[in-house]
Order: sequence, then C-alpha cells, then structure tokens
Amino acid sequence: MSVITYRQALRDTLRAEMVRDENVLVIGEEIGVFEGSYKITEGLLKEFGPRRVKDTPIAEEGFVGAAVGAAMLGLRPVVELMTINFSLIAIDQIINHAAKIYGMFGGQTSVPMVIRTPGGGGQQLGATHSQNIELFYSFIPGLKVMAPSTPAEASSMLRAAIRDDDPVLFLENLGLYNSKGEVPEDYAEPENSNVATIGRAAVTREGSDITLIGYSRMAMVATQVAEKLAEEDISVEVVDLRSLRPLDRQTFVDSVKKTGAAVICEDDWLTYGIGAEIAASIQEGAFDYLDAPVRRVAMAEVPMPYAKPLETAALPSVESISTVIKETLSAVGKRVG
Amino acid sequence: MADTAKPKGGTARGSASRRRSRKDTALGNEKPETLLDYYRQMLFIRRFEERTGQAYTQARIGGYCHLNLGEEATVVGLMDALQERDYLFTNYRDHGYAIGKGMDPKRVMAELYGRVDGVSKGWGGSMHMYDTQTRMLGGYGIVGGQLPLATGAALAVTYRGGDEVVMCQMGDGTTNIGAWHESLNIAKLWNLPVVFVVINNFTGMGTTVEMSSAEPELYKRGAAFRIEGERVDGRDVLAVRDTATRLVERAREEQTPFLLEAWSYRQKGHSVVDPAKYRTDEQRDEARSEENDPIALFDAKLAKAGILTDDLREEIAASVKAEVTEAADFAENSPKPDVSTLFDYTYATPVPNESRRMPADPVFAE
Ligand SMILES: Cc1ncc(C[n+]2csc(CCOP(=O)(O)OP(=O)(O)O)c2C)c(N)n1
Repeated sequence: MSVITYRQALRDTLRAEMVRDENVLVIGEEIGVFEGSYKITEGLLKEFGPRRVKDTPIAEEGFVGAAVGAAMLGLRPVVELMTINFSLIAIDQIINHAAKIYGMFGGQTSVPMVIRTPGGGGQQLGATHSQNIELFYSFIPGLKVMAPSTPAEASSMLRAAIRDDDPVLFLENLGLYNSKGEVPEDYAEPENSNVATIGRAAVTREGSDITLIGYSRMAMVATQVAEKLAEEDISVEVVDLRSLRPLDRQTFVDSVKKTGAAVICEDDWLTYGIGAEIAASIQEGAFDYLDAPVRRVAMAEVPMPYAKPLETAALPSVESISTVIKETLSAVGKRVG
Repeated sequence: MADTAKPKGGTARGSASRRRSRKDTALGNEKPETLLDYYRQMLFIRRFEERTGQAYTQARIGGYCHLNLGEEATVVGLMDALQERDYLFTNYRDHGYAIGKGMDPKRVMAELYGRVDGVSKGWGGSMHMYDTQTRMLGGYGIVGGQLPLATGAALAVTYRGGDEVVMCQMGDGTTNIGAWHESLNIAKLWNLPVVFVVINNFTGMGTTVEMSSAEPELYKRGAAFRIEGERVDGRDVLAVRDTATRLVERAREEQTPFLLEAWSYRQKGHSVVDPAKYRTDEQRDEARSEENDPIALFDAKLAKAGILTDDLREEIAASVKAEVTEAADFAENSPKPDVSTLFDYTYATPVPNESRRMPADPVFAE
C-alpha cells in the first residue's frame, strides 16, 4: 500500500489505461498543452501526442458529441469537462444521445465513453461554478453515474468506467483532489485487477446505532463524522454509495435494517434530490425496521454565495451532520453522547 | 465555392421561375441501366413513403412520421455518391436514406410498424433507423444532434487511419443551432472527412429559410469555417450524384470537411399529420408541380432519350408496387416485441442492482 492523492490516483490510472488500450484517448478543453485545469492530464500530451490527447475548442456540445460518435465506432474516449457546470451546454449530447443510442437502436451499438468532471462547492467560485447537478444524470437510464470518494475508489472506479461499454459520468469533486488515501501498490499498472464493480455501494465503516449514507466528498465527510461521534460512544455505520446509477439499494437498506435509523448527507440541494430517492427506498425496503424518521442533511437551497461565511453555512458539515444524527437518536430514546 | 444552381434567397419566398434551374444535367454517356436504376430507386422511395403515409393514417404506424416526398432525387443521388464503407448520419426524415444506404426495405417498414424484425428491433421507429452492416449510423430526432456524432465518427475513422467518409444529412432549419457551428468548426480544425449535407426544402416545419437564417444561401455558411460549400439542384439526381461524389472523394483524399446544399421541394407537410396550412395554394402547387417533382422530371428526360419506354415504365411500376406490398406484408406479419425484453437494451455492460422494476412493482420484492 502507498498513500497518494485523489488527483494522482486519477492521473496515474488514466495514463495506465491509455498504455493498456490504444483505443483510449482523452478529449477536452485545456487538457493537452495546458495539462488540464486540475492537472489530471499532466504529462499525457508529452507521452501520447496530439492524436490521443485532443485539445478542443470551447464547444462542449460539439466535443462531447464527437466523443459519442467516436465511441459508436469503437474508440473509448475519456472526455474531461472542465467542471460539471459546463455539462449543461452538452446536456443534449449526454442525455439525448449518449444515454439513448444503445436502447433506441435496439442494442446494435453502444457508447463506451467516460465523461470525467469535477463539481462541488466550497471553493468560493460563486453560483454558476459550485453546483452538484449529478441528479440530472442519475435520473437517466442508459447512463452510469459514478462518484468515488477516496483515491483507491477513484482508481478502481475510473478503470471500471473506461473498460465499461456504456457511457459513464464520472464525478470528481474539487474538494477531494488533494485528499489522500491508501491505494494498492500496483494501482498504476496497466494490467491489474483493481477494477471496481459498477453499481456496488460499500459499507466503509461498521457501526450499530445509525446508518449514515453519503457519496463523493460527503462519504469522506461521513467518515469524519463517524470518527468524531465514536469519541462520544455513538456507533455510526457509513455507507458510501459510490455509484448513483445504477443505485445499490440493497446495501444501504440492509444497513438500515441492522441499525434501525438513517441519515443521508449530500452535497446538493434537498428538494427532489438524491437523498429523497434514498429516503424513499429506505421506507419501501426497511419501513418496519425504522425507529425514527429518515433525515436528510443537504446544501442550503440557494444559488451558492461567494462570501466565505455564507458559503460555509450553505454546505453540510461534520457539525451539522452530527447534530442531525444526535437528534435522530434522541428521538428514538437512544442514549446520545 | 460554386453557385451551381438557383435559388437566390432574400425574399420571403422566391418565385417558381427564380428557383428553376437554367440547365438540366445532360444524360451524356450514362449507362441506361444506371439511369433506370436511379429511376427505379426514386420511384421505390416514393411508393414506399406513400404506403407509409397510408399505414400511418390507418394507425399501423405510430409516433411522428416525416416523409421524403419530393426529395427522392437528392436521396438517391447522395446515396450513390457514398461507397459501401462510408458512414451516414441523418435526421428523423430518414426512411429513404435507410433504404438508399442499402437497408432491407422490409425491415425498414417493420421498424415503422414497431416489430421485432425492424432495423432497430422496434426500439427506434420512424426517426431512428440504424444498421451497423450498411453503416447507416442512425436517424436522430433532435435537430442538429447528429452533427457532433458525425464529426466524432470521422474522428474515429482518422484515428485508425481509415479512408472512410462520413456523410451527415440535415435540413435547412438545422443550420442555426449551436451544434451546427460547433461541429463544422471542429471538423475543420481536426481535418475530419465529413460531408455535411443540407437538404434545403426551404422550410423547417413552417418556418422559412428567410425567416430563420440571416444568410439564407446556406452553402456559403461554411465560409466562416473555411469549409468549401456548393449548392446543387436537388431535383436532379445526376447533378446531386456528381456533386456529392466529387465532394465525398475530395473529403476522402484531402481529409477535410465539405458542405453541400441540395435544394428541392417538400411536397407535403412537415410530417404526415401536418396539413401545411401555412402554405398558400400557389406555394403548394409550386411544391407539387411536375416541373419540381424529381421523378416526373427524370421520367420525362429518360422518355425523351428513349430509355424509358411505356412498357418499361409499367414494368418498373408494377415491380416496385409488388416490392412495397411485400415490405408492408412482412412488417404486418412480423411479431411485436415481447414485453419480457423491456430491459434488454438499457446497458451494454450489465450491472448488478440495475432497476428492472415494472411500474407497479415494489422496489424490494421479498
Ligand atoms: C432541438 C430541437 N428543436 C426543435 C425540434 C422540433 N422540430 C422537429 S423537426 C423541426 C424542423 C427542422 O427543420 P429542418 O432542419 O429544415 O429539417 P426538415 O424537417 O426540413 O428535414 C423542428 C423545429 C427538434 N426536434 N429538436
């Protein structure tokens, strides 16, 4: 095992996949000469040349759609969208084309492509650059939406995404790029078996009092919450969704059956959000096991403000999540702290 | 750029005389078999579409249904310009192209009927004909959606060092959507062998070219991207074939995109259910007149040259009719898809935990 950043896990895995498979190419704005807005594609142009590392004009619909067309003919493009906010320009190609081509032509051609894109607030980037709009894509059958939270997940899930025959939206989070974690020694080897199964959630920390469910950055925050509450003798089980579509309901429902209570934390807006889907699935699958209503901790429902105190207040935090967990537990008469 | 044919834009609707081309393409040294084959193909698409329209009004075909009536010469000329290995992307007005690219008309009709033998197994319908074998890479229903896909397909071709060309068909109304600008720009930047073909029937639904395009001479609009454009009289199958062949072969050799505008008349409404009330009687007559009907035009030309005799005309008409009937019968008799296959085409790589629930199913069935 070695400890590396989320950024490095992505970069090295992407490189390894390009070495392994000649059909893998990267397409996006500023990924070549500039080496990537977040330096995930650093060094790739030098190593693989402009044939396989394609800088594009600022034309999200044009180049995302071009990647879809290239994938239809068997290439495996990995598109970098500078941030998920700009995916809105390409949303027609993602939802109407990438997601639908396999189905509407009766399974004759698939679209083996990956769209890597960071999102998330907390960087003081203001309203149009701080969104988590993965919900739009998670809603769409035909797409796969992955949201790794640790360097090890980033590596094994990116590898799975690139090798998968369907279009995968691969969510990164600006707040995770510098986070560190353990990865297997061979994580950057072109041929290796660190390939995640798409569509599996994981219980990343066992606990008995309550289930805390998150994904991407919030799965990491959830772990911090669990560690903090452990000091107060509250045992939190953490479920990392990892994949938003397909959604592994079984894993979190089983966990709730065990603990009898659940809190969901998400880095996006509450109303109609991913937490709403999780909560609905819990009531459908574990109603009889619930000792308290399922609670959701989400972003404040505002366009993200720039000013630091406002932005910080708008985002879920270790504190806000801990508070809701304690409220939930006291509602069922469990001893809290 | 070559202004090879009329019309000139600028007014709300050009007059018939302004749209008439000055000179027909001479039959020259064309082989009679070739000419008769074009004639037959055009007639086949015409009769196929008429049958389609009928079946639609009888509710045998559902959804939207956009026909190629009046555009047959363009379809046949374009398809003959492509080699078998070349790829094609079109918009939703795709039946004629699907047949012209080599798809089995029986299976095209079965797709319209939503049956399992349809080219897309009944999953696509009128707007989404697709066939890997003949490299018809699909009809698409979002205006302009096919343009980025076509540039990407051409990228894949050049990535592999192949010499195939991608043709991308669209209507005049498509030239104002963002995807048009982005795709032409990328195609030129990356030296992609794509021939963008604008079928100018002067209307997108009810909106005229003059109402929607600040530069209504559409072939000129490649200039912004240094893409050569040409305009051709789309009522003339040989002119279309010759111009398209030249551009396809140049795209292949020079590895660069081209723009081709072919103009002709959409004889009926936008789709089968559109009565086209936005047209005046005069405009309707103009669109359907013999002098603007590509089949009548070609018929007259071949008859004058002594190639199409009355007997031959009858013989072709009869065999076309029989084949269209055969296609409709085939479609009629093809099974409807089994509901048990509903979840077969969501993902190419199967996944655990994929939701396969029917509307009334619980999420968790014990
Ligand atoms: C993005 C988008 N906007 C609107 C429509 C509705 N629509 C379908 S066809 C059409 C007209 C397109 O005209 P044109 O490109 O000239 O093609 P034609 O129908 O003449 O083949 C419109 C507005 C659509 N399908 N997609």
